[in-house]
Amino acid sequence: MNAAIDLDADALIKVERLSAHFPVKSGFFGRPSAWIRAVDEVSLAIRKRETLGLVGESGCGKSTLGRTILALRRANGGSVHFEEKSVLDLPPEDLKALRRHMQLVFQDPFASLNPRETVGRAVRTALDLHKIGTARERTDAVSEIFRQVGLHPALMDRFPHEFSGGQRQRVGIARAIVLRPKFLVCDEPVSALDVSIQAQILNLLKDLQQQLGLTYLFISHNLAIVEHMADRVAVMYYGRIVEIARRDELYARPRHPYTKALFAAVPIPNPRQRTLDIQMRGDPPDPTRMPSGCRFRNRCPYAMDRCAQEEPALIEMAPDHRVACWLDS
Amino acid sequence: MTEPLLSIEGLKTHFFGYDGLVRAVDGVDLEVNPGEVLGLVGESGCGKTVTALSVMRLVDAPGRIVGGTIRFDRRDLLSLSASEMAQVRGAEIAMIFQQPKVSLNPVMRVGRQIAEQFIRRRGMDEAAAWKEAIGLLAAVGIPAPEAKARAYPHELSGGQAQRVMIAIALSLKPKLLIADEPTTALDVTVQAQVLALLRERCKALGTSLILVTHDLGVVAQVADRVAVMYAGQVVEQAPVERLFEAPEHPYTRGLLGSIPVLGALKPRLVEIPGNVPTLDGVSVGCRFAARCGERLRVGSRCETEAPPVIARGPGLQVRCWLADPAAADKERALA
Repeated sequence: MNAAIDLDADALIKVERLSAHFPVKSGFFGRPSAWIRAVDEVSLAIRKRETLGLVGESGCGKSTLGRTILALRRANGGSVHFEEKSVLDLPPEDLKALRRHMQLVFQDPFASLNPRETVGRAVRTALDLHKIGTARERTDAVSEIFRQVGLHPALMDRFPHEFSGGQRQRVGIARAIVLRPKFLVCDEPVSALDVSIQAQILNLLKDLQQQLGLTYLFISHNLAIVEHMADRVAVMYYGRIVEIARRDELYARPRHPYTKALFAAVPIPNPRQRTLDIQMRGDPPDPTRMPSGCRFRNRCPYAMDRCAQEEPALIEMAPDHRVACWLDS
Repeated sequence: MTEPLLSIEGLKTHFFGYDGLVRAVDGVDLEVNPGEVLGLVGESGCGKTVTALSVMRLVDAPGRIVGGTIRFDRRDLLSLSASEMAQVRGAEIAMIFQQPKVSLNPVMRVGRQIAEQFIRRRGMDEAAAWKEAIGLLAAVGIPAPEAKARAYPHELSGGQAQRVMIAIALSLKPKLLIADEPTTALDVTVQAQVLALLRERCKALGTSLILVTHDLGVVAQVADRVAVMYAGQVVEQAPVERLFEAPEHPYTRGLLGSIPVLGALKPRLVEIPGNVPTLDGVSVGCRFAARCGERLRVGSRCETEAPPVIARGPGLQVRCWLADPAAADKERALA
């Protein structure tokens, strides 16, 4: 249903009708009895040097979308273009070369670091794999990256368990940027960190973007953090982008009922704005049995007959503001 | 002046582990008034959960309450016998946790888990208790309560399971409910529903609530009064509006500056430098001094002498030398 997106001249990443499905196995010989469409024909563009925020609740497919764009998991259809190269059908050697430019920052910096490898080694491995520079130059490059992410180069010989959560996330970021990539997927990069440490990492990511001209896909369930980080924001609900717009436009004029419900549910740290409105009924649906038509309809306060019959397409309703909702058409 | 329902003074709960002593709670003073919602905020490891468990007397070895008093409803909880304390738990003080499905019995129907309370503690017969249970499920907003009472915990969503926990916790109409990060594992839309429910049910029953959380947004939405914990101590206590509008402790100010606020863009977030401290060392001076941007000059009293709790007004207490006008003046004169 998603119309092919405009060929955006500034796009670094172009995603068209991208799908990623997971089998739910049961029964005899463990054959798939159902499929979860974690990413279901998603189309979007990420422009050079911008941060595209991707928000949604747990299980909506936002992490899967990020990983599928990076070709870290198999797509079940659609295409991803990085600059002009098609990412998903590259031979392994070319994909490896392309990976220099596309990296991932993980949520849990402890789970993503090898406990038996020094953090310097963890950062250096990428340089070794891509055979960049001499041994001496690689060591210098790692020191330089350490300084850049706010770690003293003397810490290179330490092991992950000697670091705090915030420092480990700095190591994770160092590892992601050591190859001087153009594009980073940041998958909930501060969710595992303490509140007083989150600001350090968010500020660091913003500084690095400025200094290195990076493009980010910033995945988070936290709407306030996404507002702080993103230039444009996409809202995902069970495999689909339901709304995408420039940040200021989306936060000032959300149009999709799901986006509105999400905003209304955010606990604002201001006791004079007690807003905990409940605009949404019921619980999240079973992802193996999505409702017909619009997937949000059984929780939507405005659902109409048409919503059960046809799935709404993502249509431009205002400049640079696309919404997938029948109410709006 | 009404007497506080719960009053904690100088509470110390320490853990005697193989690697040495951890002072998880190290001199906590807190009060909860009847019918009040107290938000207990802090980062991981600050001692907020251990404070809550100490009130329930559910601290496991190698942890032990080594000092202080906990007065609840005119009784000293720390001097009750184990069986007297067991009578208090559930009936007078109840607790819910972050992971509702871990707290529920996976092989017992949820209705039965609620009904059990009435059978064991109130001597009701099965039929009457089951009826009560269904009524409670309806009160916490579970649709089709008769059918859901027959469900097992794995058949519930995370939000429904937390509603069931709330129903169980409030079934005996306790005077105090302690909720430890009750919505941290839930999605934001479900979180809003559960928070609204918690507040509404507690107000309806006149139950006081201690809401333990790391989320300042949750506190602002639900609490009447807030206590901020840092490194095993309460560093600031204030009515909720006052705390958010005029935070006095530099740590509270730092926390509020460090979070992005929806609809109020900040050019740059305030960073609290350094890391959350571990509680295994002996501390001299203020525990926040090393990370504090407003520390009085180096080598000053902040680093050599621990600040006392300074009363700044009704229900307003700060553990910081800056809040002591005389001390701050003297310090400036010296500098």
